[in-house]
Amino acid sequence: MADKKWLPRWFFQLASPRWCYQITGRLLPWFLLATLILLAGGTVWSLLFAPADYQQGNSFRIIYLHVPSAILAQSAYMLMAVAGAIGLIWKMKVADMVLKSAAPIGASMAVLALATGAIWGKPTWGSWWVWDARLTSMLILLFLYLGVMALNSAIENESTAAQASAVLALVGVVNIPIIKYSVEWWNTLHQPATFKLTEKPAMPPEMWLPLLVMVIGFYCFFAVSLMQRLRNEIIWRERRASWVRELLNKQ
Amino acid sequence: MSFNSVSEFLAMGGHGLYVWLSYGLGAGVIVANLILPKLSRNRLLAEQKRRLRREETV
Amino acid sequence: MSTGTNPENMQKVSALALFMATMRREFLLSFRRKSDLANPLIFFLMVATLFPLGVSPEPGFLAQLAPGVVWVAALLATLLSMDALFRSDYEDGSLEQLLLSPQPLFVVVLAKVSAHWCMTGLALTVMAPLLAVMLFLPADGMPGLMLSLLLGTPTLSLVGAIGAALTVGLKKGGVLISLLVLPLYIPVLIFGSSAVQAAVTGLPLGGYLALLGALLALALALAPLAVAAALRISISS
Repeated sequence: MADKKWLPRWFFQLASPRWCYQITGRLLPWFLLATLILLAGGTVWSLLFAPADYQQGNSFRIIYLHVPSAILAQSAYMLMAVAGAIGLIWKMKVADMVLKSAAPIGASMAVLALATGAIWGKPTWGSWWVWDARLTSMLILLFLYLGVMALNSAIENESTAAQASAVLALVGVVNIPIIKYSVEWWNTLHQPATFKLTEKPAMPPEMWLPLLVMVIGFYCFFAVSLMQRLRNEIIWRERRASWVRELLNKQ
Repeated sequence: MSFNSVSEFLAMGGHGLYVWLSYGLGAGVIVANLILPKLSRNRLLAEQKRRLRREETV
Repeated sequence: MSTGTNPENMQKVSALALFMATMRREFLLSFRRKSDLANPLIFFLMVATLFPLGVSPEPGFLAQLAPGVVWVAALLATLLSMDALFRSDYEDGSLEQLLLSPQPLFVVVLAKVSAHWCMTGLALTVMAPLLAVMLFLPADGMPGLMLSLLLGTPTLSLVGAIGAALTVGLKKGGVLISLLVLPLYIPVLIFGSSAVQAAVTGLPLGGYLALLGALLALALALAPLAVAAALRISISS
């Protein structure tokens, strides 16, 4: 592994669970602060100051939750797949732990995206659920998440479970563009009217600035939740190590 | 401000149910994802401390 | 294969010979339990029967559903048979031997999946006209149905094998395989049933079949790699 000169030193430092625990401990309060400020500020902005949409009225404000959660759901899956690949290639325990920690957060983001999408659909299209291409793809993404979580919990041996989940996450990642393409294509066949949930190019800054704040806020939230779960996972997996024992004694 | 009064704000032009339901869910999901790991951590630390005590007394 | 442990002799087995030998072994083992072979086919028939019974037997209505129903039934029947792909080899230890041998795992996996497909996917494709008649699929749709199933079911077997390999070490792998594999089946389902729809309405099939072919090519290239990796992981515990 020493011949991999193109990889920075911190990459291999990350392989140490103890080092990861320490650095996440230092980063956590800052990300938490950022999360609270961005989400609180973003929500106030979205609800009170952003203009309502000309056609959709105030239900448009749901976009400030729907789009960030959808973006996060997809990003988290990418992160899971990358972590899985790193865990398989370099056999890093921490990468496995990141995969396991990211899955439930990503899944809950997918659920939120679906729920807000469906709720938004009712005043916009008249029904609580529409087999729209985006919502359907998000639903399938949720199934992919649930599969990874189910496989991880079904296998008892921790490292085997991690490796199997990594393979599944990678297979899923290859499939995501295929699934998206096929669902969009299926949708154009069965729903001639294209329902657009977001009006991205036409959005004035008063509308997309709060959206940007919410997206960044959601990313910070994801980082906080991930670090929290990762630290728990590290303590559990390394519970026999001496540094954990010292840590426990200090509590 | 996009609204002229608190009652207008809560009503959201007739879409109040949808907006508040969504934001409520959003708040719930975010808060749950922040609090549940904290609770797990407390439980985990307590369990491991108990285990340490058990193993040291052996 | 009478020379014993001479490594040079062992390496003289070509990929094709390995492929044929593995397929032959799969067929031999499966035909010893002929009743098990029929199970996916009976399931296929039964699932298709559920729709008229559960929804409506009216011909116009069923004809509209037929492409999708036959495809969903084929998908579920394939899924159900996936668990058996590696299980008996795992249980008697021959899977572990396979992983330890110097033979390229890619070829062995491809052979096992091909044999499995012959006994399930191909058989389902041959049976499909029967279901099409029961569900009042217009005769124009029949060639489209057969072609789409012929191109689509191998992909289903290949992707299903990934799920089977990931769960082979688990005692109750059955439903879990479905959970893991169903999202991955969706593109094949979409293009497959659309191909049949196009055939029924007289539109050109070529595009859909090409897409199914592309998915198959991708699956042929990548799935055996994932299966091999998953088998190694499952056995390692």
